Amino acid sequence: MSREASHGVGNLALEDVAGGDFAVATQGLTKRFSRQVAVDGVDMLVPRGAVYGFLGPNGSGKTTTIRMLLGLIRPTSGRHRLLGKAMPDHFGDVLPSVGSLVEGPAFHPYLSARANLSRLDSVDRHADPRTTKVRVDRALDRVGLLAAADKRYRAYSLGMRQRLAIAGTLLAPRELLVLDEPTNGLDPQGTREVRHLIGSLADDGATVLVSSHLLSEVEQVCTHIGVMHVGVLLTQGPIAEVRAVSEARARVQTDRPEDAARVLRALGMTEVVAESGWAAGALGDVAAEKVVAALVHDGVPVTGFAVERPSLEDLFVSLTGEGFNVSG
Amino acid sequence: MSAAEVTGERTRRSGEEATRAPGDRAPRRISTRFLRSELGLIFGRRRNQAGMGILAAVPVIIAIAVKVSTPRPGRGPDFFASITSNGLFVSLAALTLEMALFLPLAVGTIAGDSVAGEANIGTLRYLLTVPVHRTRLLAVKFAAIVIFSIVATLWVSLVGAAAGLALFGGGEMTLLSGSQIGMGQATLRVLMATLYLALCFASLGAIGLFISTLTEQPIGATISVVILNVMSFILDSIPQLSWLHEWLPTHWWMSFGDVLRDPIAWGDMTRGLLTAAGYALVFWLAAWARFSTKDVTS
Repeated sequence: MSREASHGVGNLALEDVAGGDFAVATQGLTKRFSRQVAVDGVDMLVPRGAVYGFLGPNGSGKTTTIRMLLGLIRPTSGRHRLLGKAMPDHFGDVLPSVGSLVEGPAFHPYLSARANLSRLDSVDRHADPRTTKVRVDRALDRVGLLAAADKRYRAYSLGMRQRLAIAGTLLAPRELLVLDEPTNGLDPQGTREVRHLIGSLADDGATVLVSSHLLSEVEQVCTHIGVMHVGVLLTQGPIAEVRAVSEARARVQTDRPEDAARVLRALGMTEVVAESGWAAGALGDVAAEKVVAALVHDGVPVTGFAVERPSLEDLFVSLTGEGFNVSG
Repeated sequence: MSAAEVTGERTRRSGEEATRAPGDRAPRRISTRFLRSELGLIFGRRRNQAGMGILAAVPVIIAIAVKVSTPRPGRGPDFFASITSNGLFVSLAALTLEMALFLPLAVGTIAGDSVAGEANIGTLRYLLTVPVHRTRLLAVKFAAIVIFSIVATLWVSLVGAAAGLALFGGGEMTLLSGSQIGMGQATLRVLMATLYLALCFASLGAIGLFISTLTEQPIGATISVVILNVMSFILDSIPQLSWLHEWLPTHWWMSFGDVLRDPIAWGDMTRGLLTAAGYALVFWLAAWARFSTKDVTS
């Protein structure tokens, strides 16, 4: 995993990459609805053990891709493997090890949370009915819903519903979790908890594929990211590698910006700019800690210093030339 | 998210569970849990319980109405005239009255809900990703429809028998051909008529299952079933279409009265069962053809 992955599978056959340790591997996955191509030739690679942030604006094809991964809809063309096995042929072997949250929670409104999870468990032929109660309660506990377990689903708030859907993915031990917009409808505290949960699932050894239209939300927990835009997977790979596309910048606050800029250029930094009150430049290979030392050495007063990594949002803009808006 | 998690339960859990990922365990080949869960959903739902109440109201009303009025021979279905002689006839009278709308509506509601209801609230995608094989889903859903059909029809019969026996008593039953049978035989024959009709309604349920795979609106599917049912009755009453009659799904339903002949006239009821089986098979397969490759975007 690295270079090939960040540039797609290229000419590799799916069988080749499937030999590697990929929880998800797709090749040329395409879905054409009557009028538009929703997903266009996606080659997605999610290494086992990764937390893969699947990013893109609303309508960019993330959910359609996820529905294809899970066998809910048939690709127009392309193939994919989950946990090393070809889908949809082996869905019966694969999906029991996959927990999924697709396009929001959905439960029977007049049943309690507990009854809803039992219902899900009862249709699973891999589940042991003797342990249903224990597993349901443990899943509810893990998302903080145990106290509201006997409330009817219809009385649940959006955030509670979202938590219940996540609990549904935790009924059995999973090797892969596919979480489509898991933080929708959650308050900031709930969002933090979901992030924490994703982290703990990854610690358990599960691979997590988490989609979001909110870049900052996902950024912090992911080891890998893939960026979708109008049905196309623009880039993917380890987060550091994807980010390396645009460089970190150092920003100095000073009352002598011109002098500071001169020092920065002398250090070998590029794209140096000086404005009133501050100067900044792309770090390149220059170590950040050297910058302040050099400034002080040259007698430039430094009132503030920061290294700014481009946000994923900046990255997205640089990849698409567009903002992170709904694609048509 | 929980206290247990913070205190490091998750490290314990990871060791315990990593060793038995679900994919490694052999699934149970035969499990009745899904079917039992379906029946729990159907019979646990308030709406359906209210529906069962309405189904039960008809035989009770019939029994009381006959009790408080003086019998007027020659009016209404045949069974009405016999009610005062044997309470079991309330069952048959109730089945006759509910055959046109109430029982088909009840079965149509369950059948219309079967797939479209899950699609409508979105639970279908979660069933399929559990995973439930689509063929298994349709098999279990249809089994639940058949069981509901039997239970609902038996329920009408049972309430009718209870109300009838309470108000008019049992005893010897006079058959259409004039001969008499004992109470045990009579009960058996009413039971046979009930099961016959239940299977007829179940075949209508197969049509409902098929329609249910076409839409995400359960009410629409239910209404379609009722319209088809009424349409079948209408076509059956137009003499110029007599060539069509024997193929209509409802045409043989009235033959359930043949259990009261001596000996039982099996001819028409056999045709009726074959017709029901034919409709059930064709529409279950149509549902399968439609659903097994359908994109689930709900």
